[in-house]
Amino acid sequence: MQPHDLAQRGLRVSATYDPATIHDIQRAAATGVYDIRGGGAKRAVPHFDDLLFLGASMSRYPLEGYRERCGTDVVLGARHARYPLHLDIPVTIAGMSFGALSGRAKEALGRGASEAGTSTTTGDGGMTPEERGQSKHLVYQYLPSRYGMNPDDLRQADAIEIVLGQGAKPGGGGMLLGQKISERVAGMRTLPQGIDQRSACRHPDWTGPDDLTIKIAELREITDHEKPVFVKVGASRPYYDVKLAVHAGADVVVVDGMQGGTAATQDVFIENVGIPTLAAVPQAVQALRELGVHRSGTDAVQLIVSGGIRTGADVAKAMALGADAVSIGTAALVALGDNDPRWAAEYEAVGSAAGYYDDYQDGRDPAGISTQDDELAARLDPVAGGRRLANYLRVLTMEAQTIARACGKAHVQHLEPEDLVALTVESAAMARVPLAGTSWVPGSPGCPGAGHGG
Amino acid sequence: MDPLRDPLRDPLRDPLRDSLRDPVVESVRHLDLAELPLRSVNALLHGREVEGLAPLAPGEDVVLTHPRGAHAVAVGLDSPRQVRIEGHVGYYAAGMNQRADVVVDGNAGVGVAENMMSGSVTVLGNASQAAGATAHGGLLVVHGDAAARCGISMKGVDIVVGGSIGHMSAFMAQAGRLVVRGGAGDALGDSIYEARLYVRGEVASLGADCVAKPMRPEHHEELGALLKAAGYEDDDPAAYTRYGSARELYHFDVDNAY
Repeated sequence: MQPHDLAQRGLRVSATYDPATIHDIQRAAATGVYDIRGGGAKRAVPHFDDLLFLGASMSRYPLEGYRERCGTDVVLGARHARYPLHLDIPVTIAGMSFGALSGRAKEALGRGASEAGTSTTTGDGGMTPEERGQSKHLVYQYLPSRYGMNPDDLRQADAIEIVLGQGAKPGGGGMLLGQKISERVAGMRTLPQGIDQRSACRHPDWTGPDDLTIKIAELREITDHEKPVFVKVGASRPYYDVKLAVHAGADVVVVDGMQGGTAATQDVFIENVGIPTLAAVPQAVQALRELGVHRSGTDAVQLIVSGGIRTGADVAKAMALGADAVSIGTAALVALGDNDPRWAAEYEAVGSAAGYYDDYQDGRDPAGISTQDDELAARLDPVAGGRRLANYLRVLTMEAQTIARACGKAHVQHLEPEDLVALTVESAAMARVPLAGTSWVPGSPGCPGAGHGG
Repeated sequence: MDPLRDPLRDPLRDPLRDSLRDPVVESVRHLDLAELPLRSVNALLHGREVEGLAPLAPGEDVVLTHPRGAHAVAVGLDSPRQVRIEGHVGYYAAGMNQRADVVVDGNAGVGVAENMMSGSVTVLGNASQAAGATAHGGLLVVHGDAAARCGISMKGVDIVVGGSIGHMSAFMAQAGRLVVRGGAGDALGDSIYEARLYVRGEVASLGADCVAKPMRPEHHEELGALLKAAGYEDDDPAAYTRYGSARELYHFDVDNAY
């Protein structure tokens, strides 16, 4: 029955106890365990959709769309590393583990990223030959669990990313349920096969920013100062975290907002911990600016933003707010074939629907991406998947270029907050840009409520 | 004998000390960290070319002097050679070691031999927190005490501690063996997986899912071999208690919440 029909009968949905909430209560009462799922926050939060660009007109010269050059390249980690990353596009692939994803999915991510001239990233569980072999630029994550952490892999990585947290679960560790702990995954992680595996939420051999300084120095010594060192944080207190990461010696800081996905976490964690990506970016940029390392030349610290990046407009908006690049995870999986309607019947069979599937923890992914089941995994052709991802990355880049040219920019990194306005008071306050049609930036000096903007 | 009064706990009276001081080697390079930057010393140990210094020959042993508590000394080694560090070291000494045999003639800071893959690291004095953290292989011997979180997330390493260890040791320990000739602090083996722990002295408390287990013949044999490898062959394995996982937290269950 359609909602309209129910309303015609005088039935009214409670805003507090809506059908999904009632279902959650019933599920909890029936099972006695919390709900675990994949993906990021589903609740509506202020996001890049709440921003608009001010295209060029009388006072700004636009560039000829499609034809005039508009650069997209980005250099990551030139501050200390002998070999910084030189990427063709400012859209990178976020860390996703082998274990959470199949080996073929990791290979496809590598293929797509390499074809588009960008980097991909390992994840909890170590580096697989598939992704190293297919990734021109591979970032090696250094996580609290240190599953599969191997100095040989560290040396063959192109950059190192120290992970403190992720947007879906700042303060939480990883989780991989037993159905995905196959013999190969278990072997890489030195765990018994088939157990429900928890990854540690804090690093085992350092605590706090002073220790992080020493840890970064150790990683540089081990790799003879060749590789950029990223520090990734889940967005909660980005102003302070970014400052501390820079002080600790990070070459690149990755800030992941609450819309960023996970392979498996408690729903209550995903929906209630962390802050939206939009709110995190200006705080991170402010920290970099105050330290004099935001787009400051060879000593600059780059900012990568992730969490809910879907379109070239999102890419452009994040960069206009000050990001040097963005990362995509969920969107990359969709590009590979996640939630494809061709598997609609099978999504229904596992209690979901195409477009809604988020049971990445479950291991029964009809699209064969978030699984360790060989038969399901075989559904993803890594070559075709890589091609789809490369196509998608090109579209993101072209869309961002289209907007940059319209704003008169010869490089996407030239986009700036001045190019943006906000549609809502909330997004204006978070993004620190004016409410459309006004000069009001809530919380900024000279505006009503000044002093609350951080 | 009361393990806490065991003379072997005192590195200054450790009979192993003299034998370790004079390794039988054909060629030894002396590098003074008071004169050379750490970066150059580590690069040389990695087989890199360093301006002004002759490259190390394969198997050429090294003595590092005046470490003066520096962090990340002799990290990332990946070739067989003996490296002796004369003095105290800071964080992460011999971190991620592969194939080298490193001796610290002094105390070691946080994370000594962290993520070691193979080879050996011997600390003649005491070790700070997180000794042998996440290490996958090799042998770590601490002749003195080791502080909190010794063997945290260990993944296959063997660790022998001459003295006692601090709290939260062997937290989430996945594989490998931890031998403690003294006692252990609170929450030993919390959330342990398949690592095996042997403790001779008192354990203040056990962590979640860690239990005492019977010593079967194969455990006596295993422990005896570890003690011998660390130079404590006179210890009686029967004086030790084995601890390991009850395996009750391996699957999520509403009754597993602590």
